[in-house]
Amino acid sequence: MERNILEIKNLTTCFFTDDGTVKATDRVSISVGKGQTVCLVGESGSGKSVTSLAVMRLIDYAGGFIQSGNVMFHGQDLAAKDLDEMMHIRGNKIAMIFQDPMSALNPVFTVGDQIAESLMLHQNMSQQDAFKKAIEMLRLVGIPAPEVRVKQYPHEMSGGMCQRVVIAMALACNPEMLIADEPTTALDVTVQAQILDLLRRLQKELGMSILLITHDMGVAAEMADRIAVMYAGTIVEEGTVERIFDEPRHPYTIGLLQSIPGFEGERGGELYTIQGTIPSITQLPTGCRFHPRCPHAIDKCRKEEPILREVVTGQQVACWLNEDVSNHFRNNQRANSIAGSKAEVNRQ
Amino acid sequence: MNREYLIEANHIKKYFPIKAGLLSRVIGHVKAVDDVSFGIRPGETFGLVGESGCGKSTLGRVVLNLQRATSGEVLFDGTNIHQVNRQENLKLRRDMQIIFQDPFGSLNPRFLVSDIIGEPLRVHLRASAKEIDERVVELMSLVGLDPSRRNRYPHEFSGGQRQRIGIARSIALSPRFIVADEAVSALDVSVQSQVLNLMMKLQKEMGLTYLFIAHGLNVVRHISDRVGVMYLGKMVEIARTDDLFAQPLHPYTAALLSAIPKPTPHRRQERIVLQGDVPSPANPPSGCRFHPRCPMAQERCSKEIPELIEVGQDRQVACHFPLA
Repeated sequence: MERNILEIKNLTTCFFTDDGTVKATDRVSISVGKGQTVCLVGESGSGKSVTSLAVMRLIDYAGGFIQSGNVMFHGQDLAAKDLDEMMHIRGNKIAMIFQDPMSALNPVFTVGDQIAESLMLHQNMSQQDAFKKAIEMLRLVGIPAPEVRVKQYPHEMSGGMCQRVVIAMALACNPEMLIADEPTTALDVTVQAQILDLLRRLQKELGMSILLITHDMGVAAEMADRIAVMYAGTIVEEGTVERIFDEPRHPYTIGLLQSIPGFEGERGGELYTIQGTIPSITQLPTGCRFHPRCPHAIDKCRKEEPILREVVTGQQVACWLNEDVSNHFRNNQRANSIAGSKAEVNRQ
Repeated sequence: MNREYLIEANHIKKYFPIKAGLLSRVIGHVKAVDDVSFGIRPGETFGLVGESGCGKSTLGRVVLNLQRATSGEVLFDGTNIHQVNRQENLKLRRDMQIIFQDPFGSLNPRFLVSDIIGEPLRVHLRASAKEIDERVVELMSLVGLDPSRRNRYPHEFSGGQRQRIGIARSIALSPRFIVADEAVSALDVSVQSQVLNLMMKLQKEMGLTYLFIAHGLNVVRHISDRVGVMYLGKMVEIARTDDLFAQPLHPYTAALLSAIPKPTPHRRQERIVLQGDVPSPANPPSGCRFHPRCPMAQERCSKEIPELIEVGQDRQVACHFPLA
């Protein structure tokens, strides 16, 4: 069994608000193995980004704090570190890329300056060496004419280019762990394909681990080894990418997968929908957080909160009634694939 | 006159001037839409896809005459919408509506929901306050909102509910044609499917014709009868949805289709990854605008602009060397 680089255990984070402190995530546990890509998926407001901010301890700057739980990175608990110590880890051992590349870069410094900054800070490089390395990094992320680009400002580049610069910056110190928070959401699909390809290539070359946060199930399917599905601040299901897509067991995961219009099969029919909307974290339902929207909810769901437990090897679910539900989904899938193959036959 | 189409756009051009210097001299033009022609049949959904900056939203606005075209004509049911007087224009507006992308920015935060939905009724119909209120209640239940919440402000509603408010407003006057400009792009998937279902239901009940502008290709595939693909101000391909997805003819369409990550882990297929970015529409490449990024470009592509030509039934492509 491979060792985990990052192990998040029972992480509970809170934010200060006008109505007192509210829990943004509740007992979240995720582990990322060496060289693995783990995707954290969920809809807006589910606590994905907060989890990533907590790992980097950037949450301390965003008006929140870690209430309990551990973030184990190489046997050290990042949750217990003070902010000075974190500064040596952040950007050095663990790097992060954000959603909007334009606002992640400082508009008044050249991209070379910005890449060199972390090198000079973390690796005590001279300015000259750091600049040389910056050019090398730009070449690594596939920017043409890096010698010219290194002296340019962010506004002289396109969105996809900027995201490459941000990736170059994040990887400059050769981190073991990369946290990517919706790295392609602001980009067009053809550019998204370039960036995802780049991340995959660099992961292979540099052997780093990636925690990828996305709301796009397509991106998750393409990139992930494992997937964790978040809903209203908790992880409701976790497993290998194949298990999550082929045999999802939580009604939320199932609903999410079924409500995406596909590229094959029937068009124009009524889409599956999950009733209602995501609850606000200040007004969470009792028991299972998903029960008001769950088509299968039973009395127990309203009263007791289910905990994440392993149901088969490589798959954990937080649901009281998972057997029936996943059987139901599988039957549906089978019906669909039969209908699909029939349509295929008809076309021929 | 060809009355096969409800909406017909002929050789639409929309140039935005670029001004510079003290005297704001015009130093060039952003060719947002450059010579685009297409038609939408009554009752159908025409999907318009393309990347940001390709001119799809501008085209949608020009079709509604929210922005005047630089040249070209738009016919709605045979009437040229650029050559009508004020009175007729008001009438046309009743028949043509729009749903915007941003459910937050498109609703006036100081208006009650009942005022937002009732506004088109107040402007276009001489209805009493009571009649308007009745119609608002009717519309809200039609789009799946609780009518008892009509005297609240938009901020009290979630994103999906606000989009329903926008839809209720757009169907208030029983229009025939609606432009949905990225109407579901800002929504989460579980909410997105609810809104798509609503739009399909309304289309069936009211016989609506949609121009559905989006960058989410799976959504466009689901809802559209025919699809037009735009690149840098040009229409590069128009086809029936099934034909387009089964076999794209333009290399850009093929690349676009293969670039979308599919929600299945079993098909991590080799993708066509395009090099480079979309060029600026202020200074488009010569010849075919796609040729610098096209994997199969030849010399002719950099010289001659390919015309959008009919290549099969209901199928047009603008490429010198179409695939297959």
